[in-house]
Amino acid sequence: MRRTFFAFLVLLAACAKTEAPPAGGSAPASKTITINGAGATFPNPIYSKWFSDYNKAHPNIQVNYQSIGSGGGIKQMTAQTVFFGASDMPMTDEQLKAAPGPILHFPTVLGAVVPAYNVANVPPLKFSGPLLADIFLGKVKKWNDPAIAKVNPSAKLPNLDVTVVHRSDGSGTNFIFCDFLSKVSPVFKQQVGASTSVNWPVGVGGKGNEGVAGLVKQTPGAIGYVELIYALQNDIPFGDVQNADGQFVRASLDSVTAAAAGAAANTPPDFRVSITNAPSKTAYPISSFTWMLFYQNPKDKERARIMVDFMKWALTDGQKEAPPLGYAPLPKEVINLEMQALGKIQL
Amino acid sequence: MRRSSDDRLFRIVTGIFPMLVLLIAVGIAFELSRQSMLSIRKFGFEFWTGRTWDPVAGVFGGLPFIWGTLYSSLLALILSTPIALGIAIFISELSPRFLRQPLGYLTELLAAIPSIVYGLWGVFVLTPIVRKLELFTPDWLKKVPLFSGPPLGVGMGTAAIILSIMVVPFTSSVAREILKNVPSAQREAAYALGATRWEAIKVAIGYGKTGIIGAIMLGLGRALGETMAVTMVIGNAPVISTSLFKPQYTMAAVIANEFTEAADELYLHALIEIGLLLFIITIFVNALSRLLIWSTQQRRTSVFALTAPEEEPVAA
Repeated sequence: MRRTFFAFLVLLAACAKTEAPPAGGSAPASKTITINGAGATFPNPIYSKWFSDYNKAHPNIQVNYQSIGSGGGIKQMTAQTVFFGASDMPMTDEQLKAAPGPILHFPTVLGAVVPAYNVANVPPLKFSGPLLADIFLGKVKKWNDPAIAKVNPSAKLPNLDVTVVHRSDGSGTNFIFCDFLSKVSPVFKQQVGASTSVNWPVGVGGKGNEGVAGLVKQTPGAIGYVELIYALQNDIPFGDVQNADGQFVRASLDSVTAAAAGAAANTPPDFRVSITNAPSKTAYPISSFTWMLFYQNPKDKERARIMVDFMKWALTDGQKEAPPLGYAPLPKEVINLEMQALGKIQL
Repeated sequence: MRRSSDDRLFRIVTGIFPMLVLLIAVGIAFELSRQSMLSIRKFGFEFWTGRTWDPVAGVFGGLPFIWGTLYSSLLALILSTPIALGIAIFISELSPRFLRQPLGYLTELLAAIPSIVYGLWGVFVLTPIVRKLELFTPDWLKKVPLFSGPPLGVGMGTAAIILSIMVVPFTSSVAREILKNVPSAQREAAYALGATRWEAIKVAIGYGKTGIIGAIMLGLGRALGETMAVTMVIGNAPVISTSLFKPQYTMAAVIANEFTEAADELYLHALIEIGLLLFIITIFVNALSRLLIWSTQQRRTSVFALTAPEEEPVAA
């Protein structure tokens, strides 16, 4: 009995011993460099593709990206447990102050949010910003409400209850959508505001894009909002939205890129800008950047040089990978600004 | 000589394990309180009674979540208990011998299904059925608060149904074991007195009452902490209502939904405080069930030898 116990202990010790020191003897000639990042889930498919392609071109560089959510990305970035972060929402001044050093934002691709609805036998519906805000505030209760009929004169709208569906989980999608509604409706801004999670006055919450889309699909008279990629990939009918120029624009990769181009003139040097309701004729108004976050003065210069090189590739050749995956590529204006801004990172 | 030292070693080693459990429980309570300090300081007891959950304004009140958790668990218990006991009685008392094994195995299989699968089934199968039922609800019935609200399909009722299905295997398999362990002398005595089959079963149930209450409480623990399946069908709106049709929210669901994107410190602390409340409520409910078991034991001192499950796992 006792003997077996000691044998067990010895075995344990042996295991620990072999595990503790890294196998130093057989190091390859060029060592593999691993870089860790964490953050937003929305750009995860394109980031994975980028990092895998970059790894093919540079076999000794391995970038690991954990899509744990923007909040988690910012937290890990602040705690310096990852080399870079990613977020669907620019960091607030407060969050930047909490970080141990200055952090730079770099837009990587663009996303958009579309209003999806379930009303049978109507042509693609149009929504103005204030109308959407009133619907999501619970003020417009029927589909044949005069406010909806006014912007959709040709549609035969049914006498059907409006059921509002929103995201229940914290998400950049919430932020983009609420940010737009807050810009076009002072009441919405005051009552709800914009964040990754908000206090919705009415409606049911679905988990994730699939949850919202599922509820909308199953409930006649429902209206919700999903990411453009999700709506395109799943053939979900969605409405056109009126932009700052008064045009009703259908969301597409082009109209989303146009929004970023329209906002480029007013883009601040730190890129912490919302491009919802951008001033351009062709711009889709519920569009947004998604950002990668880097420290301006990173301690690890070797990894910093690699990431700057990666960013240069992602902003040029990498952008070509965006459309097939459903992301809108950045416009030239923004890319030029970013190429200059990359020089700010102290190598 | 050798033997006694072996015993001592054995006692020490096994003693470490329960200590670990204690350490983990205390550690959880400590960490949850420490990491929710901001919100505890700011809101104090109002966190328990506040009805507003507004991350933008930084106002956090947990009452709708507490209500949703307790109400959905209670409803699930009401739905699942008769079914679970029925299964247990049938398998242990009435079923033909060749059916016993497969039936027991099948009910236990229900417990092995991941909750996300229940959730998906809920979204795609159960929700449309519930919506149809809600649409067919006559107007006079809709005046009853329990059945008021829009026909959405998702809501408290759907969540309670999903939960009860998830709880049934836990309650029924424990209750079955309890009934199996009722000494046959009890039944034989009942038959000897001229009892019918049903009356004999009643005697067996009465004998195992303590354990059966334990089985139900085990199910309650499971229902309180269930997250994924519930959040997919409950509608996730922080509303306090007795209506089965209205979307509501639970504590576990709000943590799962909002934790990943909560970057603001106070917000994060408020979410962790929800976790702390859930921890406290779970302990409280478990203590209450202990008391209940204890009081039935007191009344029936003669059956002290009964094999009531001594430790129910604290479902967090």
